[in-house]
Amino acid sequence: MNFWNNPLWPEAASKDAAAHDKLFFTITGLSVFFTVLVCVLVTVLAVKYRRGTKADRTNPIDHSTKLEVLWTGVPLILALGTFVWSARLFVENRDMDRDAMDVFVVGKQWMWHLQHMDGTRENNELHLPVGQPVKMTMISQDVIHAMYLPAFRAQYHVVPGRYTELQFTPTKPGSYRMLCAMHCGTHHSEMVGWVHVMEADEFAEWKEANGDKNRPKAGSVIEAGKMVFEDKNCGSCHTGENNVKGPSLYGIMGEQRSLANGQTVAVDNDYLRLSIIDPTSQIVEGYDKTMPSYSSLTEEDILALNAYVKSLGNAGDLVPFERPGAPVPPTATAPDSSTDTANRTASPSTTQTEDEIQ
Amino acid sequence: MSAAAEQETVQEKNYLNADHTLRSWLTTTDHKRIAILYLIGVTFFFILGGLSAALIRLELTSPTGWMLSNEMFNKTFSAHGIFMVFFFMIPAIPAVLGNFLLPLMIGARDLAFPRLNLVSWYLYAVGGTLVLIAMMMGGVDAGWTFYTPLSSIYSETQISLTLVGIFLNGFSSIVTGVNFIATIHKMRAPGMTWFRLPLFVWAHYATSLIMILGTPVVAMALLLVVLERSLGVGIYSPELGGDPVLFQHLFWFYSHPAVYIMILPAMGVQSELIACFSKRKIFGYHFVAFSSLAIAVLGFLVWGHHMFISSQSVYLSVIFSLLSFLVAIPSAVKTFNWSVSLYKGSISFQTPMIYALSFIGLFVIGGITGMFLASIRTDIHLTGTYFIVAHFHYVMVGGTVTAFMGGLHFWWPKISGRLYSEFWGRISALLVFVGFNLTFFPQFILGVLGMPRRYHMYGIAPEWLFYNVLSTAGSTVLGLGFFLPMIYLTHSYFKGRKSTQNPWNAKGLEWEKAASPPITVNFTEKILVTEDAYNYDAISDAAQALRTMEKRGQLAVVDDEDAWWDENSEDKS
Ligand code: HEC
Ligand code: HEM
Ligand SMILES: [Cu+2]
Ligand SMILES: [Cu+2]
Repeated sequence: MNFWNNPLWPEAASKDAAAHDKLFFTITGLSVFFTVLVCVLVTVLAVKYRRGTKADRTNPIDHSTKLEVLWTGVPLILALGTFVWSARLFVENRDMDRDAMDVFVVGKQWMWHLQHMDGTRENNELHLPVGQPVKMTMISQDVIHAMYLPAFRAQYHVVPGRYTELQFTPTKPGSYRMLCAMHCGTHHSEMVGWVHVMEADEFAEWKEANGDKNRPKAGSVIEAGKMVFEDKNCGSCHTGENNVKGPSLYGIMGEQRSLANGQTVAVDNDYLRLSIIDPTSQIVEGYDKTMPSYSSLTEEDILALNAYVKSLGNAGDLVPFERPGAPVPPTATAPDSSTDTANRTASPSTTQTEDEIQ
Repeated sequence: MSAAAEQETVQEKNYLNADHTLRSWLTTTDHKRIAILYLIGVTFFFILGGLSAALIRLELTSPTGWMLSNEMFNKTFSAHGIFMVFFFMIPAIPAVLGNFLLPLMIGARDLAFPRLNLVSWYLYAVGGTLVLIAMMMGGVDAGWTFYTPLSSIYSETQISLTLVGIFLNGFSSIVTGVNFIATIHKMRAPGMTWFRLPLFVWAHYATSLIMILGTPVVAMALLLVVLERSLGVGIYSPELGGDPVLFQHLFWFYSHPAVYIMILPAMGVQSELIACFSKRKIFGYHFVAFSSLAIAVLGFLVWGHHMFISSQSVYLSVIFSLLSFLVAIPSAVKTFNWSVSLYKGSISFQTPMIYALSFIGLFVIGGITGMFLASIRTDIHLTGTYFIVAHFHYVMVGGTVTAFMGGLHFWWPKISGRLYSEFWGRISALLVFVGFNLTFFPQFILGVLGMPRRYHMYGIAPEWLFYNVLSTAGSTVLGLGFFLPMIYLTHSYFKGRKSTQNPWNAKGLEWEKAASPPITVNFTEKILVTEDAYNYDAISDAAQALRTMEKRGQLAVVDDEDAWWDENSEDKS
């Protein structure tokens, strides 16, 4: 590191970073223009009319509606133009690509838990193939955090009690910072890590070399969800069809649900989560409050259950997965190793040992 | 007795020396004395806030920290924000300058409810004391924003006590607001019509509206945090069935307007300074007056811009973005009006004017960087970073504190009856300007580079060190700039040359009709207002300057210290 070698601009490594930067520079241009305009105006007037000069001071004007309209109108138009431009980029940015590669994120004081769809888990590090759109589904286990990826110009809060999403498409191989940008308590500034973007083949190699050992025995996230489902005996009430004990969970993701209180809600991750940890808050029409509350499940378990429920097709195709091996209970949560500092040093490390994960 | 002689004897007895006992100060209902009590309070908290800022800046000269623990660092920036925002900035201009000047400016004897005014100071003092006690018992670490559920469940620090202190302080500002509004409606002297009011009064009217409408909301929001902490009532914590983002809505519903509580009075001061030191009417008086009201109203509709990425719906964010762009316009209008007010003026560069000119430059940068944040796509990248820190310091320090300093210097002869050293005044005004830019401009770059705020360590990005060191270097200059006035103003209070009634040749009842310092009942005569505000005459002022120059055999500069005070000081002997 060289003290004098200082960047003025952060690296841009995602698909919409360029669009963001263009907007940023345009606003910068306008800002510089107006700042200079006002400063020059003030300086010129202050010098010309300073006390003691013989400048012409006759016929001063005290107001001019024309001028007022001008300097209300021009900034207004520029502001509206910027607004439209920016809002369009924002809506695009927040319009989630349903086919993107899923990454599940659980934020907790003070580390990031990340999990790939195939079950590979990482802490404070994330490996991604270049060019692949990524969608993070995020939730916090405690306070509010913010997943901030400056090189991707991407940020979103990670909130307890509800899912949030963040998407981006990395475009350049390299290692980029992953930061928490919401004050979350004592070790907030240490809740940091790296995103390693790799060429597809390198990524495959990395998976090969490290993926397996980082993968829990349960296999993919969906399989892990299935294990929780069986473990907790959800199937005793939720069979393939609607029955007296519980409604069918097949094909419900994205559907509308009529509730006992007359409301209709869309079934999404948040709805599923709430139905599991606090079933009585939303009772499906035609059913009683018989489902016990599973509030002791971890966020990782619930994410897995959601993925599993989402994977359930129609009632016909039961059991989409064979359960692998012996019934080991899913270890979807890593024991709290919250303050390991190994990967918070300046140089990004590319691999992680099993110890850091488990 | 001739009028002049009467004037002199009256001046002997003024609000300051009317009574000397401590008791007479602590039980006073004189708005001027209460203003002094507030001045002592806000200066005290400004010093505490400044010391904690110095600690933050020093700590950040190393990427991995070198003297504070994580806990201490978090407590330090929390203390800094709490002192500065709630106990310095919000009361600074309204409760000190506003309290002192409103009655004088509108030709009244006092505020509408003098005793309530004293109550409001006691609320402030008790609130401040509670917060100090909380700090001594260990402090708080959740930041001045108290985001839940960190503040309501997870933090193990003195949150509840601090919040009670802030709650009381909130009531102090509500009470002040009610008092100001009643005063402005009911106590104007005959002839002081709404459109003859100095813009300072308009600005305080708008500010008072915000204080009354906004403060109760935040007071309740904070009280609910206390309830959740102490009784486990589920309001914000999802574990208890609450909604963590609800707090942000309630908090910013007040705290965004609160940034206007901080900046609107500053704009009022700014108008007075520009008018007096360019000896001109403020250009577009009506536009400037109404833009204050527009800001007060629009300011209530933009709170969602603090929540663009906290799971607020996309459409809501888009609407808040639009409204945020709109709220910037009235501020831009004001800036142009101040700038053009210099046209055909007779401009002198006394200390208050240097502050006023700095204000324009700094406020433009502060306001315009708000555009990057109103723009939602760019806000995604900048929110939560040092860009925010730089932005709000440009507005709150570059704007409000600069105006407060300018106003304090401008009205100092009125408040204390004494003159301060113009030389040191100008030096420190320049130090503040230079130091400020050096401290906070690098923080914009840090923010763009992605440095999150409230970071104790940044070992992950050692290349941020350079800008942090720059910022710390700047803050020492800035600190000096704020330290000097404390010295020379205090000195002038006891030892300064006596001021005349109107050393700046300023317009306004407080200068033209009230002695320096004013007597307890403000005026000796019945006030009848017959002219508009800022009825300055730049032409004759410029002519007078030329005459003085001739007399003194000078070629150009007339407003050097001696010439100025020769013209205006009382003990010329
Ligand atoms: C004792 C029987 C029972 C068990 C065990 C049970 N549930 Fe339920 N579940 C119900 C009933 C009854 C409802 C409908 C009433 C309601 O909404 O609470 C329901 C509703 C749901 C819903 C909302 C479905 C919809 O159609 O909207 C989800 C999701 C769900 N359960 C998931 C689970 C999961 C996951 C488990 C295991 C961890 C589980 N349930 C265990 C009885 C049960
Ligand atoms: C003079 C009036 C000032 C006001 C009203 C003010 C206000 C604030 C506020 C509201 C914050 C946010 C606090 C938080 O993040 O919780 C803040 C942060 C900060 N201020 Fe100030 N400030 C002032 C002066 C200064 C000065 C003079 C310095 C530097 C010498 C300074 C340095 C900082 C720093 C470094 C932070 C960031 C803390 C962090 O987020 O890590 N401030 N200030
Ligand atoms: Cu954090
Ligand atoms: Cu705001």
